[in-house]
Amino acid sequence: MENHVQMLTETALRISGVNPQKCMKCGKCSGTCPSYDAMEYHPHQFVAMVEKGQIEKLMESDSIYMCLSCMACVERCPRGVEPGKLVEAVRLMKIRQQDQNRKNGNDIAAFADENVPQQLLMAAMRKYRK
Amino acid sequence: MQKIGVFVCWCGSNIAGTVDVEAVSEAMKSVPGVVYSANYQYMCSAAGQKLIADAIHEHHLDGIVVASCSPRMHENTFRKTAEAAGLNPYMVEIANIREQCSWIHKDKEEGTAKAIVLARTAVAKLLHNKPLQAGTSAVTKRALVIGGGIAGIQTALDVADAGYEVDIVEQRPTIGGRMAQLDKTFPTLDCSACILTPKMVEASQNEKINIISYAKVEKVDGFVGNFKATIRKKARFVDETKCTGCSLCMSKCPSKKGKDEFNMEMNNRPAIYIPFAQAIPNVAVIDPEQCLKLKTGKCGLCEKVCTAGAINYKQQDELIEREYGAIVVATGFKPIDPSPLNEYGYADNADVITSLELERLMNAAGPTKGTLLRPSDLQHPHEIVFIQCVGSRCDENTKRGKPYCSKICCMYTAKHAMLIRDKYPDTKVHVFYIDVRTPGKNFDEFYRRAVEQYGVDYIKGMVGKVAKEGDKLMVRGSDLINNQQVEIAADLVVLATAIEPDPTARSIGTMLTASMDTNDFFTEAHAKLRPVESPTAGIFLSGVAQGPKDVPETVAQASAAAAKVIGLLAKDHLVTNPCVAYSNELLCNGCSQCEKVCPYGAITYIEKEVRGPGVREVRRIAQVNPAVCQGCGACTVTCPSGAMDLKGFANKQIMAEVDAICL
Repeated sequence: MENHVQMLTETALRISGVNPQKCMKCGKCSGTCPSYDAMEYHPHQFVAMVEKGQIEKLMESDSIYMCLSCMACVERCPRGVEPGKLVEAVRLMKIRQQDQNRKNGNDIAAFADENVPQQLLMAAMRKYRK
Repeated sequence: MQKIGVFVCWCGSNIAGTVDVEAVSEAMKSVPGVVYSANYQYMCSAAGQKLIADAIHEHHLDGIVVASCSPRMHENTFRKTAEAAGLNPYMVEIANIREQCSWIHKDKEEGTAKAIVLARTAVAKLLHNKPLQAGTSAVTKRALVIGGGIAGIQTALDVADAGYEVDIVEQRPTIGGRMAQLDKTFPTLDCSACILTPKMVEASQNEKINIISYAKVEKVDGFVGNFKATIRKKARFVDETKCTGCSLCMSKCPSKKGKDEFNMEMNNRPAIYIPFAQAIPNVAVIDPEQCLKLKTGKCGLCEKVCTAGAINYKQQDELIEREYGAIVVATGFKPIDPSPLNEYGYADNADVITSLELERLMNAAGPTKGTLLRPSDLQHPHEIVFIQCVGSRCDENTKRGKPYCSKICCMYTAKHAMLIRDKYPDTKVHVFYIDVRTPGKNFDEFYRRAVEQYGVDYIKGMVGKVAKEGDKLMVRGSDLINNQQVEIAADLVVLATAIEPDPTARSIGTMLTASMDTNDFFTEAHAKLRPVESPTAGIFLSGVAQGPKDVPETVAQASAAAAKVIGLLAKDHLVTNPCVAYSNELLCNGCSQCEKVCPYGAITYIEKEVRGPGVREVRRIAQVNPAVCQGCGACTVTCPSGAMDLKGFANKQIMAEVDAICL
């Protein structure tokens, strides 16, 4: 069990290239995050939980899909921890595990209406392509 | 053949516990050159030293090896013993068989074997030692203090108090520095000007202190005890000896577009101005960028109204050359410009200000006459957000600020918050913090008072964004304790910006060959034991130039630096260390490598006629100034032709040591 947790942690760190020990727990990432209220676990918690090996909780949480990948947290982190990359990494781990995306790339077009910006559609296409 | 004596110390059980001292002294008797060998319980004691002195006399020794503790501990002791017994003090070698042997070994056999090797090595070196004579150099009994803030003023006052002349060179038109800009000081909340300006006056009235304001040190030559500085005194276009400081010129000057530096450029000032009412010297200065007369030749109003006839539009910069025995760096700091951290919106919103700007807004002599009004509409702010650690404690690779903690921000923010709550109880005050760091006498009590008595709302978390919405500033940040994101509609946002060394520090450091760290703070000779001296002899450090610190710490350090300066100036002559580099002019090929690596600027190149076997020509050769050289040896290992060597640590001596170890 312990090996499994260690393996997950190492995978998350390898994919993201993040060193959570650089974090000084200032909370700037969560102060910045536009999706904060939609997330069960907030950006600063991603950093702390990965450090403590609680990856599975994160993988099971909808938080990984609520992140907009705007990378404001990456831009503003004073310690260069880059929490957004960690969220992406956990999301990738989940996707690879299931071998499928949360949404199908073919369904994205159905979301298009006049309120949805072009940029969002493009991003979604990229994100959920096979 | 030399006659060498070896003295092995037990150091109680410190050495004797792991090293068979009897065996060591016995083994040394068969080493070539050794005519006497003994061991004793405490060689550094009076009885031990007598043993050495007696042996020197009795056996006519011309060199001694003491196998004992580190030379840092007792080399000087034994040199004095030898000198008193008629031996040249540089004919003493220490074999360190304590720190480098007994303390790090457990096996007595191994320890003994190593102690024998170390003692033998010292003998091998000593066989090549030559008696060295320490030279002397005179001391100019005057100190130069660069920077006239509280650090420079305090150092100057203390040095002058001991009876020595001091020149303060200040780049601005007045002394006083950053402290003059502060409204109140923590943790006692006394008015900053009330405690600073008497010191400024004291400095100006002290006959030993000469204030050279609106000036910069342009060049420094020489070495400890014998510096020669060139100081450029910028033209103020006002005769300092005539101006009475009546400020009539200021009210008549038609050009009012100059930015008031003293008030953090939050208001305008005339082209001719006195920085603030208590300025020292209390003399006007003309800003040549703003003065109509100097720019267009038309105006001259100040000259007409000046009853003292002090205005002189033709005044030129003046160069002053003076000699000094010691130089004190007290160049101080400035807050960083937070504009590049664009999430705070400092560049775009007038109501996002720095803490130093707030000091001016709260000060009776500030742009709002001490009434707290926000800059955009001069309305009283009812909700204020303070943000801590702006540009401090950043990872260097992020380029978002400084890697260090600026140290003073936690306390001054608590002060600001408390003062505002006290004066304007209808105002809500929030402080976003990462950690509240309050080590210091009565400091944490001060911060707790802000929370418990004044109801300041401390929020553990950082601000992600400040955005203007109508006439409010929407501050979004995290509240980590409540695990929520908060948004506050603020009227005023105050950034606790990091502090950095004054921009002139780097060039002054280079000029003085005083080492600095990557943040441009001056490095101390020893982080713990020599905190107010630069590694460069004769250069001393005072105030924030050395690292972030508050007023009490700055004053303490300034006085400490003064004590060191006085200790230096009290000497008529300095004994120079004879273990310095020298260049063999026949071997020197003039490549300049040694000059480049010398950290002390001790090496210069001269054209000199070189005479030797079959040689008689003028060559460009290296010359070492023995008073400046610290004997580090960087030049000797750099020299490609083997011309550079170090007295007392000659290449031949080092090689003899290596050979003795490898035997």
